[in-house]
Amino acid sequence: MGIEFIAGHNLYWIISLLLLVGLYGMLAKRNLVKKLIGMNIFQTAIILFYIAGASKWNATVPVIDPALGSVDPADYINPLPHTLMLTAIVVSVATTGVGFALLISIYRRYRTLDEDTLLKRMR
Amino acid sequence: MTTSSRNPILITASRLLAPFIQLFALYVIFHGHYGPGGGFQGGAMLAASVLLLRLSVGAERSELKFRKSWGTPVGALGALIFAGTGLLTLLLGGRFLEYHYLPLPDLSRAELHSAGILLIEVGVGLAVMAVLVGIYDDIMEGPGGD
Amino acid sequence: MRKTSLIALVLFGALLLYASSGLPGHGDPDGPSHREQSRVGSPGAAAHYIRQAKGDAASPNIVTVVLADYRGFDTLGETIVVFTAGLVCSLILRRNP
Repeated sequence: MGIEFIAGHNLYWIISLLLLVGLYGMLAKRNLVKKLIGMNIFQTAIILFYIAGASKWNATVPVIDPALGSVDPADYINPLPHTLMLTAIVVSVATTGVGFALLISIYRRYRTLDEDTLLKRMR
Repeated sequence: MTTSSRNPILITASRLLAPFIQLFALYVIFHGHYGPGGGFQGGAMLAASVLLLRLSVGAERSELKFRKSWGTPVGALGALIFAGTGLLTLLLGGRFLEYHYLPLPDLSRAELHSAGILLIEVGVGLAVMAVLVGIYDDIMEGPGGD
Repeated sequence: MRKTSLIALVLFGALLLYASSGLPGHGDPDGPSHREQSRVGSPGAAAHYIRQAKGDAASPNIVTVVLADYRGFDTLGETIVVFTAGLVCSLILRRNP
């Protein structure tokens, strides 16, 4: 494990840590709102992972710059993950809205958002 | 939630700020061809301007800008603009979303694609704005937590 | 319960670390997703988009062109998803939608 390996992969480790934080929120927290926040952190980690995979050294944003002359794919970072994540972010906002709507609906019916209390009251 | 304290500084500042946010959102939508931007981002910014007014001046006065009942219809209109563009090219002999069949005169093939992308972005922006504002309105509606 | 989820978390973290060692380094210009050609000889999507976007749609922003032109149908699906989410919210929460 040389220094180059660490320099090239430490970003993935940080993103894995963020993913684990989100997963911990979804697994260990008992409050449903906290679970939803954990899911959002999880989504953010995945989005960051895709954006990290798009980058290239010595390349610029994927907007064609006339100053760079003829178009060379080595000069521009990969536009495809950016496109996919652009839509994923908006969809994640919308699905978070649906999640909150469901939580409000649960709260109106059972008057709690705590998982254990909820399971007791549902019986 | 809608009967929070009315701070005049807050109201004045947000009323001053909202039109500029909207202007910049339109710039982001229509400049999406030449710089970072597009329908999704611009729609989110339009929604942010409406939500700023919802939060500061109250629901009833901010409805002058965007009514609560408009959320679903405007979202449907945005999706319809998108799907309608695709359907138009389909009816004019191309494939779905094949923009160079759009009935616009004096434009080259690439420019027709550019115009089609603009139509799509406007539709996406409308849909995203209406849906985000609509989700906020739905969540704020009804009896709050007690 | 808490102990099992903690164990699962640690195992998942170890799996992620193991899997990330097989990825190309961050910013590596020779990564598989940046290649002009895949191993079996089919052209790479990203390089094709970067080369063709300006000529195909007369707009310099490649992301916009990929979003609305090459992948227009995908974006239509996303818009429908967003719209459906708004619809579902109003169906769940409004007393008289």
